[in-house]
Amino acid sequence: MLNVGALENGVVLDHIQAGRAMSIYHDLGLHKLDSCVAIIKNARSNKMGRKDIIKIEGGLDLVDLDVLGFIDHNITVNIIKDGVIVEKRDLTLPKRLTNIIKCKNPRCITSIEQELDHVFEHSEAEGEVYRCIYCGETSPYKYRR
Amino acid sequence: MRHFLNPLDFSVAELDQVLDLAEEIRQDPARFRDVCKGKKIATLFYEPSTRTRLSFEAAMLNLGGSVLGFSSADSSSAAKGESVADTIRIISGYADIAAIRHPKEGAPLVAAQKSWIPVINAGDGGHQHPTQTLTDLFTIRTLKGRLSDLTIGLCGDLKFGRTVHSLIFALSRYTGIRFVLISPEQLRVPDSVRKLGLETKNIPFKEVERLEDVIGELDILYMTRIQKERFFNEDEYIRLKDSYILDAEKMKLAGPDCLVMHPLPRVNEIATEVDDDPRAVYFKQAHFGVYARMALIMTLLGLKGDETAC
Repeated sequence: MLNVGALENGVVLDHIQAGRAMSIYHDLGLHKLDSCVAIIKNARSNKMGRKDIIKIEGGLDLVDLDVLGFIDHNITVNIIKDGVIVEKRDLTLPKRLTNIIKCKNPRCITSIEQELDHVFEHSEAEGEVYRCIYCGETSPYKYRR
Repeated sequence: MRHFLNPLDFSVAELDQVLDLAEEIRQDPARFRDVCKGKKIATLFYEPSTRTRLSFEAAMLNLGGSVLGFSSADSSSAAKGESVADTIRIISGYADIAAIRHPKEGAPLVAAQKSWIPVINAGDGGHQHPTQTLTDLFTIRTLKGRLSDLTIGLCGDLKFGRTVHSLIFALSRYTGIRFVLISPEQLRVPDSVRKLGLETKNIPFKEVERLEDVIGELDILYMTRIQKERFFNEDEYIRLKDSYILDAEKMKLAGPDCLVMHPLPRVNEIATEVDDDPRAVYFKQAHFGVYARMALIMTLLGLKGDETAC
């Protein structure tokens, strides 16, 4: 068993599906941070068998919870202060995603109006489906389980 | 300020008000001939259209207003690369209301986000064509006397036909609606329309391949064009193509009160011999589109029939 040092103050992203920590690391832009980030792959888990974990030193503002909720709302977010978990934050599917995913519909106005934000909204009646607010195209699901 | 980008932008009550106004206009057009005096509509058509553009222009002229605009992207600053967002900001200073048709889906929403005047979606790619839906609702309500308790047959290309999708969503808000969806298997309504427009609302519907088998049970037959290239194989096309051409023989199987509608342009899916059948209302439907658009323009400009704009 490999031991990674305990986090004094920061955020732990737990219950990440095994093998996905690196892509989430990049999707959250954690590679751009100056703070210490630890990635643990294939940790043993009673619930999942194997799981990945990301530990980030610093405040919760370093993590975009909307992006994380879209990627996988089953991930657990633990906030650590003085070495103890002070809060567990549940992720939900965000209502709106701005410039997180790109509309791939070549007929969409976003394909020609360069300055436009790419905005998707959660279509609640369709479960986990997001649709482009301009053309109604569903989002590409490269992240989702 | 309200825009009209999607038929569902208006509640059923709001749509009913627009349709009531359209009926008032139809009954007494002269009463409304000066309602928009001094007002201008900008028709921003980035792709060609005959009925839609001319019916918007006729609607505004009938209301005593004026028209400006362009009828193709080539004759606008879009040819120089101007964005929709910039164009509508400029036009907002020139006109009181704008109708926009654009080949890219969502262009009218972009215009509405940046506009200082009401924007009407006059068709955006394969996405929405809400004034066609308004026209369809007005035609049905006027000729049938109701928008509820109807069996509506939608025939042809139900996969790519935007007017069909919009009509399903719009009519599914009324009670007693039942749909009969007539198309080849490959051109059935998309899953999203079936799920959101029908199944989640518990709207009864059935999907069939042959028009002859069901035409007798319909109150409305809404025809659309089906293109040969939409079929995946030649055998399927040969087997089914005649089923989607409405002719006098098939009309004999239809009920005496069944209305035949079509968003037009018609190519060969309705034989010209059907045109003289009193149940064929597609040309009347196109004319009703002017009243529907007159009512919509007045509603978005906040005008009533008994007052003038000045």
